[in-house]
Amino acid sequence: MNSGIDLEMSFTQGIQNLGLPPEIAHLLWIPLPMLLVLVSAVIGVLVTVWLERKISAAAQQRIGPEYAGALGILQPIADGLKLLVKEDIIPARADSVLFTVGPILVLVPVILSWLIVPFGQHLLISNVGIGIFLWIALSSIQPIGLLMSGYSSNNKYSLLGGLRAAAQSISYEIPLALAVLAIVMMSNSLSTVDIVEQQNTAGLLSWNIWRQPVGFIIFWICALAECERLPFDLPEAEEELVAGYQTEYAGMKFALFYLAGYINLVLSALLVSVLYLGGWGFPISIDWFASLIGLSTNNPLVQIATASIGIVMTVLKAYLLVFLAILLRWTTPRVRIDQLLDLGWKFLLPISLVNLLLTASLKLAFPMTFGG
Amino acid sequence: MTIAYSTELICFLILSAVIVSGSLAVVLLENIVYSAFLLGGVFMAVAGLYLLLNASFVAAAQILVYVGAVNVLILFAIMLVNKKEKLKPIEGLVTRKLLSGGICGGLLILLLRVSITTKWNLPGPTSIGEEATDRIGEHLFTDYLLPFELASILLLMAMIGAIVLARRDISSTEDEVKNLKNQKSLIEKKIPLLSENSLK
Repeated sequence: MNSGIDLEMSFTQGIQNLGLPPEIAHLLWIPLPMLLVLVSAVIGVLVTVWLERKISAAAQQRIGPEYAGALGILQPIADGLKLLVKEDIIPARADSVLFTVGPILVLVPVILSWLIVPFGQHLLISNVGIGIFLWIALSSIQPIGLLMSGYSSNNKYSLLGGLRAAAQSISYEIPLALAVLAIVMMSNSLSTVDIVEQQNTAGLLSWNIWRQPVGFIIFWICALAECERLPFDLPEAEEELVAGYQTEYAGMKFALFYLAGYINLVLSALLVSVLYLGGWGFPISIDWFASLIGLSTNNPLVQIATASIGIVMTVLKAYLLVFLAILLRWTTPRVRIDQLLDLGWKFLLPISLVNLLLTASLKLAFPMTFGG
Repeated sequence: MTIAYSTELICFLILSAVIVSGSLAVVLLENIVYSAFLLGGVFMAVAGLYLLLNASFVAAAQILVYVGAVNVLILFAIMLVNKKEKLKPIEGLVTRKLLSGGICGGLLILLLRVSITTKWNLPGPTSIGEEATDRIGEHLFTDYLLPFELASILLLMAMIGAIVLARRDISSTEDEVKNLKNQKSLIEKKIPLLSENSLK
């Protein structure tokens, strides 16, 4: 039905022309989008690290990295290279197997969650039906990795950090899931593509943030807590716990934690933009614009324009949120552990339950605006 | 044999091997922390089996509930009370182990016999795939409503019970804490220094 650009079709056709069966061609195609997303995730992290350094410098009236590349833009690569060549130390009394598996268990679920992030109508690895639920389920694996590394380091600060991380992540997962549930209720689907499509009916005005302002705030707070960003970075509070569960880690294993933290931040920002800010949606409908200048929507030029605008919009919205997160990190003090748990259980949980109930009743009362 | 079929078979074999060896290790390992981590691995492998059966919602729910909640809480509890102490040797441990091994083996033989003698209706019903989420919700709110609600009441009871057990000590008033002379008498009376009143 779609006669526009279909990269998968043309790729598998090309392989089949070389004389290979279609199944092999399909197998060869599968890793390509994954690799692309992996690379873009890592690039996203590099950009975020650079932003973090520059914005923190601006917040503290410093200049920040300057010599590595223009405006210090190569600084994150230098950081990465440094971590790559550093000696990998496993403490003598540590449990070496768990010590190694821990950081991997932290990183893998985060990367897997990129599976469901849509950059456009067809620009995602897989439009799985359970979409956003997959992300919630996968992010619940992370605390196990944190507990593992905290325990295996054989260090009291690490153990405390790991326990704090697990407690924090369990408590904030519930309001997070409830906030997502309210969105899912409105769009009648768990799939991220459907959630975005449902927001793109009337441009800017149909974004979920207007219908779910409370949910947006709850989701953002919980996402920050799940990413262990200030003001919720208790698991690695350096004044209290040295560096929490990361204390004993060095070299590449530390880099895995570092990477996981930033990938998670970018992922959370992307998901906020998907769930609340209309994802790839552009205020002006591109189909309408295309018909104005007399081009079919299946025209390759229009398709490329749509795709690039979609990617730019998603990334732009996400990076605005990343900017907000970085600014929050460098301007707010850390909460205490009892304040953190109080906020999670006694404030966010009841509020998100009320939000869910309200959404349900509004959906019944105004099926037109709240998704019938 | 198509590629899809052979991938499925290989995945199934790997997952089953992980489940069987993992659960054996959960039971047999001396170190309780290893057991708990391996239990998480077994749960994940079970989720993988659900995925193979095309039940992605059940698989995600399995990960969320069993790995993300149950296993993390088990680990949490183990690490909070993780004292490295030698357990007292139990009398007649060998006989006990042999006895429980025998019972487990008998159960295994029974189940094997059942699974071999039963006439399985093959191939089973085709999976409904993505539609499953809707159907599960439908069933939970119609014909399975009562069991669902009963299960949630059971969980609520367990939670309240846990809270009552955990907070038994903090019923003393502030005066009681102040009247006690020193730390030792506090411990004897089992009154924590930071009672709820003193926190405020």
